[in-house]
Amino acid sequence: MNDTPPNPEHQLPDRHYLSASYRAGLRSWFLTTDHKRIALLYLASVTVFFFIGGVFATMIRIHLLTPEGALVSPETYNKLFTMHGVAMIFFFLIPSIPAVLGNFLIPIMIGAKDLAFPKINLLSWYVYILGGCFVLYSFSTGGLDTGWTFYTPLSSIYSNSAVTPAVIGIFINGFSSILTGLNFIVTIHTMRAPGMTWFRLPLFCWAHYATSLVMILGTPVVAITLLLAGLERMFHLGFFNPSMGGDPILFQHLFWFYSHPAVYIMILPAMGVISEIIPTFARKPIFGYSFIAASSIAIAVIGFLVWAHHMFVTGESTYAALAFSFLSYLVAIPSAIKVFNWTATLYKGSISWDPPMIYALGFIGLFTIGGLTGLFLACLGLDIHIHDTYFVIAHFHYIMVGGAVMGYVGGLHFWWPKITGRLYPQALARFAAIVLFIGFNLTFFPQFILGYLGMPRRYHSYPPEFQVLNVLSTAGASILALGYLLPMCYLTWSMRYGKVAGPNPWPATGLEWKTDSPPPTENFHVTPVVDWEPYDFRNRPDLGLAAGAPLAPAHGDD
Amino acid sequence: MQSQLPLYPEQASNFAPHIDALMIFITSVCVFFAAAITFAIIYFFFKYHRKTPDAVGIVTHEDPRLEVAWIIVPLILAMAMFSWGAVVYVDYRHTPSDTLDIYVVGKQWMWKIQQPNGLKEINELHVPVGRNIRLTLASEDVIHDFFVPAFRVKMDVIPGNNHYNTMWFRPTKAGRYHFFCSQYCGTNHALMGGWVIVMEPTEYAAWLSGSGGADGNPVTAGEKLFAEKACATCHLANGTGRAPSLNGLFGSQVPLAGGATVVADEAYIRESILQPNAKIVAGYLPLMPAFQGQVTEEQILALTAYIKSLQSLPAPAKGSGVAPVRGAETAPATEKK
Repeated sequence: MNDTPPNPEHQLPDRHYLSASYRAGLRSWFLTTDHKRIALLYLASVTVFFFIGGVFATMIRIHLLTPEGALVSPETYNKLFTMHGVAMIFFFLIPSIPAVLGNFLIPIMIGAKDLAFPKINLLSWYVYILGGCFVLYSFSTGGLDTGWTFYTPLSSIYSNSAVTPAVIGIFINGFSSILTGLNFIVTIHTMRAPGMTWFRLPLFCWAHYATSLVMILGTPVVAITLLLAGLERMFHLGFFNPSMGGDPILFQHLFWFYSHPAVYIMILPAMGVISEIIPTFARKPIFGYSFIAASSIAIAVIGFLVWAHHMFVTGESTYAALAFSFLSYLVAIPSAIKVFNWTATLYKGSISWDPPMIYALGFIGLFTIGGLTGLFLACLGLDIHIHDTYFVIAHFHYIMVGGAVMGYVGGLHFWWPKITGRLYPQALARFAAIVLFIGFNLTFFPQFILGYLGMPRRYHSYPPEFQVLNVLSTAGASILALGYLLPMCYLTWSMRYGKVAGPNPWPATGLEWKTDSPPPTENFHVTPVVDWEPYDFRNRPDLGLAAGAPLAPAHGDD
Repeated sequence: MQSQLPLYPEQASNFAPHIDALMIFITSVCVFFAAAITFAIIYFFFKYHRKTPDAVGIVTHEDPRLEVAWIIVPLILAMAMFSWGAVVYVDYRHTPSDTLDIYVVGKQWMWKIQQPNGLKEINELHVPVGRNIRLTLASEDVIHDFFVPAFRVKMDVIPGNNHYNTMWFRPTKAGRYHFFCSQYCGTNHALMGGWVIVMEPTEYAAWLSGSGGADGNPVTAGEKLFAEKACATCHLANGTGRAPSLNGLFGSQVPLAGGATVVADEAYIRESILQPNAKIVAGYLPLMPAFQGQVTEEQILALTAYIKSLQSLPAPAKGSGVAPVRGAETAPATEKK
C-alpha cells in the first residue's frame, strides 16, 4: 500500500469497528465493550456537556456587556457561572481527552486489542451518564448557585439551590474517572505489543499514565469531600459548619487537594496530544523524549503538593504559605521543559501547515501564556492582590480552554481520519484554528487587565470603569464561539462526505497508523511487532518518505 | 479614571508600590520568555516549512547540557520571584504594633464597620492617611473577603469560633477607593462593596468626633452586655467567682486544664464566649453555657472591647485562677496561695 502524501484513491476497509456487521442496531453500541465505540459514546456525551457549558458561557458574556448586568437576575447569573463550571470541569474537561482520545488510542498505540478491562470501561461510561443525570436534574430543578468550588458553609448551609443532587452527581462521576485511570494503568503495564518498551511508548501514553495516577489518587478525596458537604446539608452534621464546631477551611484543603491536581488531569493529556502532533508534522523525532516523559510524571507528583496556593489569603499560616508557594514554582519547571522541547523539535524540521499543526502551535502559544501567568499567582505578594479577581479567571481559562480544549480539538483533527476513516476540509480547518486562537485571546486577555485593576470574579454587576474591557471580552467570545461551531459542523459533515483518508494520511509513525482507518474491531489483523524508535521517520521505508536522501547526515549541532 | 484605559489601579497604600514593582518584574521575565518562544516558533514555522511533500526533518540529537540549562535558568528566575513575593507577603502578614484598630463584620450582603471609638459605619470605611490600620475581620454567616484594589490588599473573612483574620495597611494618599467582597458569598455578592475614604488625620479626627459616636463607646456597650447576659454572676472581678476573673486577662498567658497555656487574644475570647468548653481554664469546671447563636458578632466585639478595657486593672493575686468550685460564696478568698 502506498502512503505517499499525494494520496491515490483510498477505499474504506470492508470490515471495521463502525460497520457493526457482527451485531446489529443500538444494542451494538450500548452494550459494546469495544474501547473505540465507548470512546465515541464519550465523544457524543462530552460534546453535549460542552454545548450546555458553552451556552451558559455565552449568557455570562452577554450579561456582562453592561455594568448593571444586561441579561439576567443576580440569582440566575450566579447559577450560570456555577453550572458553567460544573458542566465544563467535571463533565467535559476531565473526561474529554482521556475518555475520548485516550480510550480510543491507548490500546491501538501500544498494539493491544482492547483495554485491560473492557467491561469496566463500558461501566465507566454508564457511571458518567448516571452522574451526569443527577447534575442535569440539579440544573433543571432550581439550578446550582454555590460556585463550582462548593465552598462551605455557603454550599452546605446557606444556599437555596439544588446542591444535593449536584454533589451526588459529581460523587458518582468520580468513579468513572477512577475506573478509566485504573484501566489505563493496567493496560499500559500489561498489554504492550512485543517490542513496545517503556521508552518506545508514545508520549501520549506517558501523559495518560501520569494522568491516571492523579485520577486514581485524587478523585476519591474530592468525591468524599463533596459527599461530606452534601451530608452536612442533608442531615445538619458539623464537618465544615462553624456554628456546629466545624471548620470551613478544612473543606478548602480537601477540595483543592483534588481540584488542583485535577488541573493536571485536564492539561497532561493535552500535552500528550501536542507531543504526538509536533513530531509528526515536523517529521522528526521529538526533542528530549525522556525529559518530556519524565516531566509528565513530575507534574503528576509535584501537582499533589501545591493545593494550598489557592488559600494564601484565607489566613493560613505564613509558613504553610511559603512552602506552598515554593512548591508551586517547582511545578512550573516540568511544564517549561515541555514547551522548550516542543519548540526545539521544530528546529530543522520539515514543517507542514496541516490543521493539527496549527492547533498544536496555537496550544503552545496559549499554554505558555497560561503557564507563565501561573507564576504571578504563585507569587505570595502578588497573589494578595490578584487572588479571586479576573486575573485568575483569565489564567485558568488559558490553561483549560487555551490549553486543554485546544489540545482536545487539535487531537480530534489529528486522529479524525483514524476514527472515522475520512478527512475534513483542510483549508476550513486551518481557518477555524486561527479563528479559535484569535477569538480566545480577544476574550481572555482583557481579563488579565481587568483582574489587575481589581474586578473580583463572580460579579453579576460591576463598577462602570470596568465596562470597556468587559465589552472587548464579550466581542472576543463571539469570535471564539465561531471557532468552536466551525469544527463541529465540518467534522460532522466529513463523517459522511469527507474524502477517504487511508490508513496513514499525514503520515505518522505511531502504531495506530499501521492499521486500517477506521480500524477493525480487534484493532490489528496481526499482532504488530515494534522494531523502531518512537517518531523515527528516517528508518521507516513503510512511510514512503524520502528517507533522508536530500538532507545532510544527522548531526544536531551544525 | 473612567475615560482612559488604565493598566493598574491607583497606588494608595504602603503595599501598592511593592506589589506593582513585583508585577513589573514578573511581567518582564514572562514577556521575555513568551516573546522568545513565539519568535522561535514563528521563525521555524516559516524557515523550515516543508519543501517537498516527502521531505523529512533533520534529526537533532538531544543535548543534556541544553536540557539542564533550560531547567536551571527558569528555576533561578522562579526562585527570585518566590523570594521577592515571600518578602512582601511576610510583611503583609506581620502586623506592626502601633496600629489603629478597626473592626469589620461581614454578613450577606453588607459590611458593618466599627471605629475605635465605637462609631459604626455601613459599607464605608474612614481611615486617616499615614497611620497603620489593622482590620479585624469577622463573619456572621459565610466566607467573605475584604478587598481594596487601590491598597493591593485582601483577606478572607471567615466564620468560626476560634478564628479572626486580621489585615493591615497604611494608606498613603487621601481619596475615595472602592472596596469589594472578593470571595463569592451568594446572591448579592457583587453588591457587597463600598468605599474606603482616606482622610487627612485632622479631618479624620474631626469626622470621628463630629459624627458623635452615635452608638456609644464599645466598652460601655460591652459592659452593659456583660451585665445583661449575666456574665458578671460568675466572672467576679476579685477572682472568687465560679469563673475566672477577667481583670488583666487580655494579652496574658492563661493556664489551661491539661497543662497547656494560651494567649488571651481576640480569637481566644471569642471562642471562650461561643464555645466555652473548647478550652477550660485550669482549676475551673466547664460550667459556662455556650453562647453560640446567642450573641452577634458585633456583640462579641463589644464584649471583647470591654474585656480589653479590663486589661489595665490589677488581676487578682497570682494563682487566683484556682477559685473554689463549690462554696465560693461562703468561703471567699480562702483558697489563695
